[in-house]
Amino acid sequence: MAAAEVVAEGAAAVARGSYGRLIAFLAARSHDIAGAEDALGDAFAAALVRWPLDGVPDAPEAWLLTAARRRLNDAWRHGRVAEAAEPTLRLLFDELVEDDDTASFPDERLKLMFVCAHPAIDAPARPALMLQTVLGLDAARIAAAFLVAPAALSQRLVRAKNKIRAAGIAFEVPAADEWPERLADVLEAIYAAYGTGWDDVAGADPQKSGLALEALDLASTLARLLPEAAEAWGLLALLAFCQSRASARRGVDGAYVPLDHQDTSRWDADLLRIAEAALQRAAALGRLGPYQLEAAIQSAHTQRCLGRVVPGEAIVALYDALVGVQPTLGAQVSRASAIGAVHGAEAGLAALRAIDDKALRAYQPYWAVLAHLEAAAGRPTQAQAASERAIGLASDPAVRAFLARR
Amino acid sequence: MDYMLLFYEPKTDFDVRKDEAASQAYWAGWMAYVGAIQGAGIMKSGEGLQDAATATTLRMAGGKRHVQDGPFADTKEQLGGFFVIDVPDLDTALVWASRAPCASTGGVEVRPVLPPHSMPA
Repeated sequence: MAAAEVVAEGAAAVARGSYGRLIAFLAARSHDIAGAEDALGDAFAAALVRWPLDGVPDAPEAWLLTAARRRLNDAWRHGRVAEAAEPTLRLLFDELVEDDDTASFPDERLKLMFVCAHPAIDAPARPALMLQTVLGLDAARIAAAFLVAPAALSQRLVRAKNKIRAAGIAFEVPAADEWPERLADVLEAIYAAYGTGWDDVAGADPQKSGLALEALDLASTLARLLPEAAEAWGLLALLAFCQSRASARRGVDGAYVPLDHQDTSRWDADLLRIAEAALQRAAALGRLGPYQLEAAIQSAHTQRCLGRVVPGEAIVALYDALVGVQPTLGAQVSRASAIGAVHGAEAGLAALRAIDDKALRAYQPYWAVLAHLEAAAGRPTQAQAASERAIGLASDPAVRAFLARR
Repeated sequence: MDYMLLFYEPKTDFDVRKDEAASQAYWAGWMAYVGAIQGAGIMKSGEGLQDAATATTLRMAGGKRHVQDGPFADTKEQLGGFFVIDVPDLDTALVWASRAPCASTGGVEVRPVLPPHSMPA
């Protein structure tokens, strides 16, 4: 490998490992995420020029941090930074003069996560903002995963960063009184980043899980930064359970395989272990929440890979509890499906009919479950009509083919 | 807000239409999609189009008429149909576009419809 390639690989490795930490550290002082991103981008560009000549420095992170701070300093001196940011930037550079020992710097990604999921930020922008600032993902990739127009996403991200700077949103871990709500926002943003949303825990669509590993990375970072937060472990468990089945969702021929027919030998044993350990850690903290309930439901389904019968009654009870705390459309439809599996099609249909939400009309899982239960109840005409709606609402050709076959 | 979904399909899709056996699954997919849009109550209008080979394109240049066989642009995917749907925003329109059968074979262009007041009376 040529020297330039070695350096580029070295820079890429540092970027993967420390991008979020560097952005968090810079932005926590300047409150200017966009400025920090520009400065760090310049620092990486400079590294690609300098490192082949001088060799990769012993402390590459510190080198990048110093270079990025120098860029911020230049930007400030040349008046390219808004007036409003000046006082904070002064502080930053006063600090820079006093303390040039950047060999080690604190991990402030948790603050950055709380800023990204702040209630003042437009909710749909939060997961994208977190993926971009904490993990350094590019906007085009995030836009594709969220199924939004790249230009619209970029605008949202710019607006969010401006808001953070202009409104002076604090880079801090929130105080105890607002803690639960703010943490819920962070968890929700990470869950949305997983790309399946509340509505598709079964994770039928592998394209949507394009950012699954990145979201898993965010969840495990959060749990490690907040070891006392039960729901942070609950979320990590849930995402790890979902992800453990990623490759089993398709047969060798690419066909969709529903959960109860999946080949359990294709479930990822390492991820399952991580998931179970995270769920136990959450449970030990003694504060139950919706993510832990969702993870527990997933855990119950994995009994099959141990050769045991999936405990249907327990799953229904868990869904009852979940709907009690968080009556989302997805949870209600899944509960009806679970009831149908345990107490028969008519009971499941009664639970389905009890859901009162206009959004059902365009909610694919509702029609898929309805088709399944009507067929089980011996009403092929109704099943056929529901199945057609489910096919029309599916975006995954493999799911369409599965429903058409059935 | 009204968005037009323009469905672009590859030659293989148009060929399937002519194959009696294979076309059943093709049309079933489109009928399910139309049914879902109608069921959601967002359909404003829409039509399917015949094969691009049936198209004729006219251009006027320097007072002269040029008429040629075939579609406006000779691209790999051709316009196979369109719907106008009424949804709250582009994100929702993109979700509906992703459900079109041709989204995975060709592509779907999503464009906001010009609001009436922007046209001269």
